[in-house]
Amino acid sequence: MSINRRQFLKLASVSTILGVGSAAAITSISRSGLEASQSSPDPKGLKAKRWGFVVDVSKLKTEEDYQKCIDACHNIHNVPTLKNPKHEIKWIWKDDYEHTFPNMAEDKIMNKELQEKNFLLFCNHCANPACVRVCPTQATFKRKSDGIVMQDMHRCIGCRFCMAACPFGARSFNYVDPRKDNAIKVENKEFPTRMIGVVEKCTACYERLAVGKQPACAEASDGAIVFGDLEDPKSEVRRLIAEKYTIRRKPELGTQPGIYYVIGGGEHV
Amino acid sequence: MFERALSGSNRYWAWIFFLLAVIGVGFLAYMKQLNEGLGITGLSRDVSWGFYIAQFTFLVGVAASAVMLVIPYYLHNFKKFGKIVILGEFLAVSAVTMCMLFILVDMGQPMRVLNVVLHPTLNSVMFWDALVLNGYLFLNIIIGWTTLAADQKQVAPPQWVKPLIYLSIPWAVSIHTVTAFLYAGLPGRHLWLTAIMAARFLASAFAGGPAILVLLALLVRKFSKFDPGQEAIQALAKIVTYAMCANVFFFLLEVFTAFYSGIPGHAHPLVYLFAGLDGHTKLVPWMWTAAVLAFASIALLVNPSTRQNEGTLKLALVGVIIAAWIDKGMGLVIGGFVPNPFERVTEYAPTMPELAITFGVYAVGLLVLTLLYKVAIGVREENGAVEH
Repeated sequence: MSINRRQFLKLASVSTILGVGSAAAITSISRSGLEASQSSPDPKGLKAKRWGFVVDVSKLKTEEDYQKCIDACHNIHNVPTLKNPKHEIKWIWKDDYEHTFPNMAEDKIMNKELQEKNFLLFCNHCANPACVRVCPTQATFKRKSDGIVMQDMHRCIGCRFCMAACPFGARSFNYVDPRKDNAIKVENKEFPTRMIGVVEKCTACYERLAVGKQPACAEASDGAIVFGDLEDPKSEVRRLIAEKYTIRRKPELGTQPGIYYVIGGGEHV
Repeated sequence: MFERALSGSNRYWAWIFFLLAVIGVGFLAYMKQLNEGLGITGLSRDVSWGFYIAQFTFLVGVAASAVMLVIPYYLHNFKKFGKIVILGEFLAVSAVTMCMLFILVDMGQPMRVLNVVLHPTLNSVMFWDALVLNGYLFLNIIIGWTTLAADQKQVAPPQWVKPLIYLSIPWAVSIHTVTAFLYAGLPGRHLWLTAIMAARFLASAFAGGPAILVLLALLVRKFSKFDPGQEAIQALAKIVTYAMCANVFFFLLEVFTAFYSGIPGHAHPLVYLFAGLDGHTKLVPWMWTAAVLAFASIALLVNPSTRQNEGTLKLALVGVIIAAWIDKGMGLVIGGFVPNPFERVTEYAPTMPELAITFGVYAVGLLVLTLLYKVAIGVREENGAVEH
């Protein structure tokens, strides 16, 4: 559809009177006038019905294996390092078995190896996320296209309801200004830093997926973190889940977490 | 009518300026918080709601308690509450004002607060809480002010206010139910994930709120010529008695479920509150104070002779208020976060600036309450009691 100046003025004047048509007018202009490439997605971008992760803890052996993944994420996302542990910001971190799976930790005579294992923890990108349900401003929302649980830092009012709702402790709040006191060691200019008073979290590297890259943690993990489409029966994540014994954190809560942990890992499993 | 709040004794003005000074200090502390962020509070990644939200939770109950006067007076024609019902409505106005301020000072980005209205989110309980709180504030301002204005002219209140009064009854229940739903609908928070949460909220509200109201009525009687009436005070004291018994009973139901089921996660928050967990015992003395005060005040209230004696009644009411404040505020909010989702204990205690801001908000509430009561008492003193 193309529209000339006269038609535009007519449409604009009517819109002004009605007070509703301006959006339609702008859309019709943008369709004809602007370069389509300015808003169309990168053809290399990765797509899925629902993104998910499989973390094979048997492949994370040394302290460095964990730290590589954590650093990869925190460095490119300008996650600050704060002195006060109460104000800690973390998108991905490690914890022991007992605290990763507190509801299973009652078993005292279980597999020693598993009990002594550490786990990589980050946002589960739940299919039924409690944080999205409670957010009063839709600052936390689940992307319809691929199920990523997103955080709009410009919309967030800092009420921290999502932190109370998340059963996985996956959210951090900027109690202090992360841009101050050199809390961000080396700033990545390609990713925004945050301001005080907003909640932040892992967003599954949506910005990397858009240009065809894997999430930073998966890329840095040497195969310990596999990322893929949980809804695609032919995907690598589905193959792993079918072949290996995997567990999820707090499945009884019904949030349907999107991180599967491969445990055991031995040949007989 | 408001001009009555602008003239008063030296003592009245001293009180007003004292409140303004406290508000001033609180405001300065808030400026610091606005500038530096909520990092100046004792809050953390693990305990992300604290003293502010605790006060909010307690005060919603105080606001809801006005219904304990409105129901007997308007639904059951209990005339003895005629003089005192306005005190309940104005206490609700003051309490809701404080609730809103506590929410505001708890926000990381308060200048974005309108996002709640600009992006209404029907699935967020917080949206509904904002809605019912605002509605209740307006209902009580309109009802209180209109009936008082009619009193001043010694005429019956206009007919249109009646439906609003009836509406205010379920509305009062709704503000506390919806506030309870803020907590009760969250997965993975064992202390909060209980169907009896809203009932517990209402029981503690109908104990704590009227207890404050009786003490206010006694103060009003002492400092003015307006007498709310002995029978009204005693009737309210009975309401406090029943509600406090229900409140403690409901709490014990939680204790039974948590410990008899033997599910560790359900027991942990209660263990933390009353015995301490992993060596962390900050809240233990507070919770036991609340428990002892709750039972002691019930003993004083249930016994007719100590309830009718104003000296022991006052003691009992103070006990009820402190117990409800500790249990509803600190215990409930902090106990929900401790232990955290990883079963680790991070303790919380409010900091000095946090306390200054809290006192500031309370001073705003007391200022609103003082001004409204001054007007109401002025009208009452002139006209005596008008039945409407």
